[in-house]
Amino acid sequence: MRLRTYYPVIAGMALIVLLHVVLRVADATYYMTQITMSAYYALVVIGLCLLMGYAGQISLGHAGFFAIGGYTSAVMTTYNLSPWSDSSWVGGLDSLGLLVRWEDLYGTEILSFSPWVAFGTAILLTGIIALIIGMPVIRLKGHYLAMATLGFGLIVYRVALGTPILGRADGISNVPPFRFIDGLQVNGRAPFRVQNYYIAWTAVIVAMVLSLNLVRSRVGRALRSIHENEEAAHSLGVNTYRYKLGTFILSALFAAMGGVLLTHYNGSIGPSEVTVMKSVRYVAIVAVGGMANLWGALIMGILLNFLSLRGVFGTFDDAVFGGILIAMMLFAPQGLLRVPELRAFSALLSRRSHG
Amino acid sequence: MKTRFAAILSILIVALVLIAPGCKESDDTSEGGASAVDKPPIKVGAIFAITGPASFLGAPEAKTVEMFVEKLNEAGGVNGRKIEVLIKDSGARPENAISMAKQLIDEEKVLAILGPSTSGETMAIKNICQEGSTILLSCAAAESIVDPVASYVFKTPQKDSDAARRIFQTMKDMGVSKIGVVTSNDGFGMAGAGQLAKYAPEYGATIAISETYDKAETDLTGVLTKLKGEDVQGVVNWSIVPAQSLVAKNMKQIGLDVPLFQSHGFGNIKYVEAGGEAANGTIFPCGRLLVADVLPEGHPQKDVLVQYKSGYESRYNEDASTFGGHAYDAMVILVEGIKKAGSVETAKVRDAIETLQGVVGTGGVFSFSAQDHNGLDQNAFEMLTVKDGKFAVYQK
Amino acid sequence: MNFAQVVQYAFSGITVGSIYAIVAVGFNIIYNTTGIINFAQGEFLIIGAMTAISVSRIAPLPVAILVAVVVTTALGGLIEFVFIRPVKKASVLRLIIITIGLSILIREAMLHIWDEQVRSLPYFTGTAVSSLTILGAHISPQVLWVLGASAVIVAALTLFFRYTLMGRAMRACADDSMAARLCGVNDRWMVTLSFMLSAGIGALAGCVISPVTQTQYDMGAPLAIKGFTVAIVGGLGNSMGAVAAGLFLGLLEALVVSQFAAAYKDVVAIIVLLLILVFRPSGLFTRGDVSALRTA
Repeated sequence: MRLRTYYPVIAGMALIVLLHVVLRVADATYYMTQITMSAYYALVVIGLCLLMGYAGQISLGHAGFFAIGGYTSAVMTTYNLSPWSDSSWVGGLDSLGLLVRWEDLYGTEILSFSPWVAFGTAILLTGIIALIIGMPVIRLKGHYLAMATLGFGLIVYRVALGTPILGRADGISNVPPFRFIDGLQVNGRAPFRVQNYYIAWTAVIVAMVLSLNLVRSRVGRALRSIHENEEAAHSLGVNTYRYKLGTFILSALFAAMGGVLLTHYNGSIGPSEVTVMKSVRYVAIVAVGGMANLWGALIMGILLNFLSLRGVFGTFDDAVFGGILIAMMLFAPQGLLRVPELRAFSALLSRRSHG
Repeated sequence: MKTRFAAILSILIVALVLIAPGCKESDDTSEGGASAVDKPPIKVGAIFAITGPASFLGAPEAKTVEMFVEKLNEAGGVNGRKIEVLIKDSGARPENAISMAKQLIDEEKVLAILGPSTSGETMAIKNICQEGSTILLSCAAAESIVDPVASYVFKTPQKDSDAARRIFQTMKDMGVSKIGVVTSNDGFGMAGAGQLAKYAPEYGATIAISETYDKAETDLTGVLTKLKGEDVQGVVNWSIVPAQSLVAKNMKQIGLDVPLFQSHGFGNIKYVEAGGEAANGTIFPCGRLLVADVLPEGHPQKDVLVQYKSGYESRYNEDASTFGGHAYDAMVILVEGIKKAGSVETAKVRDAIETLQGVVGTGGVFSFSAQDHNGLDQNAFEMLTVKDGKFAVYQK
Repeated sequence: MNFAQVVQYAFSGITVGSIYAIVAVGFNIIYNTTGIINFAQGEFLIIGAMTAISVSRIAPLPVAILVAVVVTTALGGLIEFVFIRPVKKASVLRLIIITIGLSILIREAMLHIWDEQVRSLPYFTGTAVSSLTILGAHISPQVLWVLGASAVIVAALTLFFRYTLMGRAMRACADDSMAARLCGVNDRWMVTLSFMLSAGIGALAGCVISPVTQTQYDMGAPLAIKGFTVAIVGGLGNSMGAVAAGLFLGLLEALVVSQFAAAYKDVVAIIVLLLILVFRPSGLFTRGDVSALRTA
């Protein structure tokens, strides 16, 4: 494990702390809200970058995995089991320590699953669904893969929109904070702002380190060979199917993580998180960051989502992402950071001297 | 080395240029210029779905607020202070609404937030506004916004339950008892379906069949054929545009010739035009804005309605709708609250709003209390119908 | 359910089915000539309808429709020239992304040009309440216009591709553009032509369905999604297959509405799509070389 490969990560961590200090000095820590939210969306982007950039598989339905994670967590932590508190199975769950009692804003006592249980279930469920969907779908190529992933995203959307327990069109609100240990929780309220800023960035750093390791390992090289030329890789004995499926599932898990954490941060989730436009946005961010450039995708993800959440694009929000997609594909298919003018900058972030 | 430095510098500059407007991107309609006012303007925030799937709500609402604030400031403002409204476009996305609400509360420290336009967004920011001690005057219809009551959260649209009850009462008077219900799958339609199911027995009506369709549906002949098969005596459609006119047309086209009742979402003459001849005979409960011109002189709402309608139509060259009216009411209530409190301290204004009685708005006459943060009852509605392509008051 | 009701449901199914079929036929034209799936196809219908609605305020209906078709056709050509031609050699992924971006931009442009109101063209014959009785079922005359227009378009296209020189040239480009070029076919212009043709047909279709479905700036994407589902179910590139698949899907949806809750209607199309993609990607109505689409 060469330390040199982690220079960018260490630099990134320093930048994060620096940003905190700058905001503190400028008395503008409220920007942390949008940065935190963007960081959680970035988890989806990192996973998608692995899938699209390294494994070369497009996914037009990745918001679906975000939603599966978020909704599962939301339902399990808000569904009130009090009416059944006398029954044996609820009693059993309680004795196993899987349930928590809490009071919502209006004084109602709620008995629901603990956020840890919800989190675990969400990740597990996403993994299973990704496996089931991925198995047949990963075999497809090009347009057919795009359509299949689009179809998946649409099904998740319809399910979210049509199921009463998922709140239908209004979604689920009143989602409680996610308490890790005493004093550390995922919570969108102002007093916890700085804490959550660091929690979000920690999640992102963990995801980045995992991804960077993956990309530089044997698996990463196998993926790149698949992306270059699948038949050649296959003929060399690379189990292309397994690698593609594995990457698909991993990227789904990253998205679900983002979903769970953001849902607890926002305190709510709705069908708007799983529209086709949302999935397209994630694709646009990966495209502009550089298909196979994890750092590019991360930076662009934070920047674009930050601006969008603050309403900077005004009524042209969707148009901006559409324009980005086109501009990128026409002028900079390798991403913004590989354009010759910016090569020098990208050299800072990679090991190569010339970018 | 030089190129690297240049590259970093250019990136930083681009980033700054992009972020800088972000610090001041909100729509600022404060009336600047020399005036005798020394006191700083009152900051009010607004989150509307100006673009996106709820734009027919958010766009008129935003325009109404701009118009109102301009007129108010021209007349000297409130308590001698002008109002500065910061309007944000959430695109009907709750996560954007959350982010913008936090911006307005934490950064801009607004007195109150108007909107959002949809129930989903409102529920997402209800807790945030309550905990942030910022007044929220929602323009969305869900009952859950004010039930359970959160002390800082109010809403201006009429109650869905009142609409349902007025519909059933009219049906009872007409002798219609067996009905079919079709609703859209968005929050409004969902809520309506619930209220209709709840109140039907009370008025002796039976819902023979209740179906949900996608709000963006392009053809409803299939669903309506199903209703026709149940021999219903009347149809209630609870949705918003574009399905409303579609239901009216499809019903006539497949020969389902029974009375059609719509919800208070039918609040724009454009929907009548879209329905053509098929819209004639529709019966629905609505705020009196649409028949402002034919209200008798002396009706408490007449002046406000006529003024709003003509003001909006002449300024924006488009038909006024009841949706814009909800935003108008929110502003009126806020201004009355500030006047009554005699201060701009959030807690005091909130207390004042809760004690307001008889405030005339476009949706009705508002009277609040600690338990009632909506302030309207059944009488806010007038049963309207469509005659020869125009709105008219429904006569038995 | 009596016979009249069955016929009524059938008409309902055929109406939406033919709408899906027209969109699918539009995709197939471009796919046949270039191998690209144009995600912006749905927008052509809406641009056509919106333009016609605006023009119909100052000109009679047939003129408005003609203007709309001409404008949209020109737009289709322009789009191809500016956005697709520079990147024709690009990967499938890149092209997909470009057309998605295009569909978003066009939609947002329409929002800012026309606003979010719902509009519609006047009924070609009759009014909003006219109703014809056929076999016991009641339908609007406009439905017959939609069916008629679809039939005419498909027939005309089939003849065009089979019997005219230009049509056959376009098919040649789809098979092997290098060989076509060697035969003297200007394959770059064939691509532009395919976009123009697709756009023109889309505009015409948009005008015909506007009184039935009403027109709003954001209706392009849902139409496109249904359109592709139908195109894939019928077999990509197979226009007759698209028509058959469209009618099949429309009738299936009507069946679901009649027997189950109408809320499940939209899930049906997606499930059909996924099943086809997994088990028979070449489509229901096409014999196909499946191995080209899968690996391992």
